Amino acid sequence: MVLPQITSPHISGANRTGQLMLWVILATLPALALQTYWYGYGNLINVILAALMAITMEAAIIRIRRRPVVFYLADNSALLTAVLLGLALPPFSPWWLLLIAVLSAIVFAKHLYGGLGNNPFNPAMVGYALVLIAFPVEMTRWATAGIDLSMEDSLRITFMGFSDVNGIDSWTHATPLDLVKHKGAQPIDALIASPEMGQGLKAAYWVNFAYAIGGSMLLCLRIISWHAPVAMLTSLALISSVFYWVDPQKYPSSLMHLLTGATMMGAFFIITDPVSSATSRLGKLFYGAAIGILVYVIRTFGSYPEAMAFSVLLMNLAAPFIDYYTRPRSYGHQSSWWR
Amino acid sequence: MVDYLLILVSTVLVNNFILVQFLGLCPFMGVSSKLETAMGMSLATTFVLTIASLCSYLTSRYLLKPLQLEYLQTISFILVIAFVVQFTEMLVHKTSPLLHRVLGIFLPLITTNCAVLGVALLNIKKDHGFLASILYGFGAAVGFSLVLILFSALRERIAAGDVPGPFKGPAIAMITAGIMSLAFMGFTGMVAL
Repeated sequence: MVLPQITSPHISGANRTGQLMLWVILATLPALALQTYWYGYGNLINVILAALMAITMEAAIIRIRRRPVVFYLADNSALLTAVLLGLALPPFSPWWLLLIAVLSAIVFAKHLYGGLGNNPFNPAMVGYALVLIAFPVEMTRWATAGIDLSMEDSLRITFMGFSDVNGIDSWTHATPLDLVKHKGAQPIDALIASPEMGQGLKAAYWVNFAYAIGGSMLLCLRIISWHAPVAMLTSLALISSVFYWVDPQKYPSSLMHLLTGATMMGAFFIITDPVSSATSRLGKLFYGAAIGILVYVIRTFGSYPEAMAFSVLLMNLAAPFIDYYTRPRSYGHQSSWWR
Repeated sequence: MVDYLLILVSTVLVNNFILVQFLGLCPFMGVSSKLETAMGMSLATTFVLTIASLCSYLTSRYLLKPLQLEYLQTISFILVIAFVVQFTEMLVHKTSPLLHRVLGIFLPLITTNCAVLGVALLNIKKDHGFLASILYGFGAAVGFSLVLILFSALRERIAAGDVPGPFKGPAIAMITAGIMSLAFMGFTGMVAL
C-alpha cells in the first residue's frame, strides 16, 4: 500500500470569492424589488446600466494591467460594486452620473490600489461620495414614493433628462431625512403627521426592512459576521435615543434613524465589506460603533441629510489604525490590548 | 465655554488644516510612511504649534499693534516661530534627553511647516483672543496629528498592496489624500466658524 505525502491544504474549493459575492448580490434582490415597487424603474435601470459599465471597465483595466481577464471578472466584485451603487444612487439618475460614479469606484478606488483585496476604501462609497460632492443637484433628487412611470418614460429621463418627458409635472420629492433636515422650527410630530412625510416614511421603512431581511440571510449563511452591523445599529440607536429623550420635538426617534435613509443597507451591505473594514472582531465592534455615531452626528449637525457614505469612508481611513491596536492575541503570547 | 469647544471641533474636524485648508502638506506627505515617525512628528507639532500660536499672539498684541507695525506680521511671525522652535529644542535637549530622542529630528523640520505660520496669521485675521488663539493652535495640531497618524497607518497597508507601477509611492498617496479629503467633506456645515 502506498501512502503518498501531500502537503496541505488537503481540501481545495472552487473560487469562493465569486460565490460569496454572488450571494451578497442575491441578498440585495428583495430591496431592489421593493425600491422598484416604491420608486419606479429608476433603480433597476441604475443597476443594469452600472453593471454593464462596471464589467466593461473592470475588463479594460485588468487588460491594461496585463492580468488574466476572465479569472478576475469571475470574482463578481465589480458586479457587486455596481449593484450597490445602482441601489444607492437616486432613481432616474442621468447616465453620465452613473458613468462617473462607476469609473471612480472601479478604476480609482479599486484598481489603482491593486484590485480586490487591496483597496483601503469601499469602492461603491467612493463613487457615491464623489458624485455627491461634484453634482449635488442631481444627487439630491429622489423619486416620489409610489411614483408610477412607464419604462419608456423612465429610460427617457435617464438618457435625455426630465425636460423631454411629456405629461408629468414632477417626479421628485424630498425624502424623510431631507424633510427632517429642513424642517426649521417645526416640531417632529407635526412633520410626521403631514401627508408628504407619511408616504415617504412608509416607503423608507419597507425598503429598509427589505435590506434587513437580505442582511439577515447573509448572517445566517455566515457570509458576514454580526459584529460590525450590531455595533453600528446599537450605537446609532443609543445616541439617537439620548437626543430624543432630551428633546423629542427637535430630534427624531431612534426608530426613524434606524429605518430611513441608507441605515440598513449600510449596516448589512456596506460596512461588512471584508476588505475595507477593520479585521479583528474587537476592531469590527469599534469600527461599527464609530460609524453609527458618525452617521448620527453628520445627519443631525452636518449639512448633508444622509451620512452613510461619508461615515464609511471616514472609518475606512481609520481601519488600519484600529487594526494596529486590536490585534488578536496569538497563541502563547500576552494580549497586546490589555498590556 | 461653548465657543471654545466649537473652536476645537472646527479645527480638528470641520476645517481640518490638512484635508480642508490644505496647510502643512509637506510633513503630511513626507513623514507619513511609518506610523512610529508619524507619532513622533505629531507630538512635536502639537507642542510647537500651541507654543508658537501663544507667542505670535503676544508679539502681535503687545509689540506690533502698539507700534503700528502690522505690515511686518509675516516676517516677525517667521522669526518668532524659528526662535520658539530652536529654543524648545535646546531646552528639551538639556532637560529631557528621553523626550529629545523622541522629538529630536522633528523639531527643526517644524520650522518650515506652513501650518504653524498659517495658524499664527489666521489667529490675527479671525481676531482671536488670548485663550482662543492657544486653543486654535492646539486644535489645529490635534487635527493635524489625527490625520497624519491615520494616513500613515493607511500608507503602511497600501505599501503592502499590489499597486500598479506608475502609481507606486507618492502618486497613490496623493490619490489617497484626495479620497480622505472627500471623506472629511462630510463634516461640512457642522460648525459655522
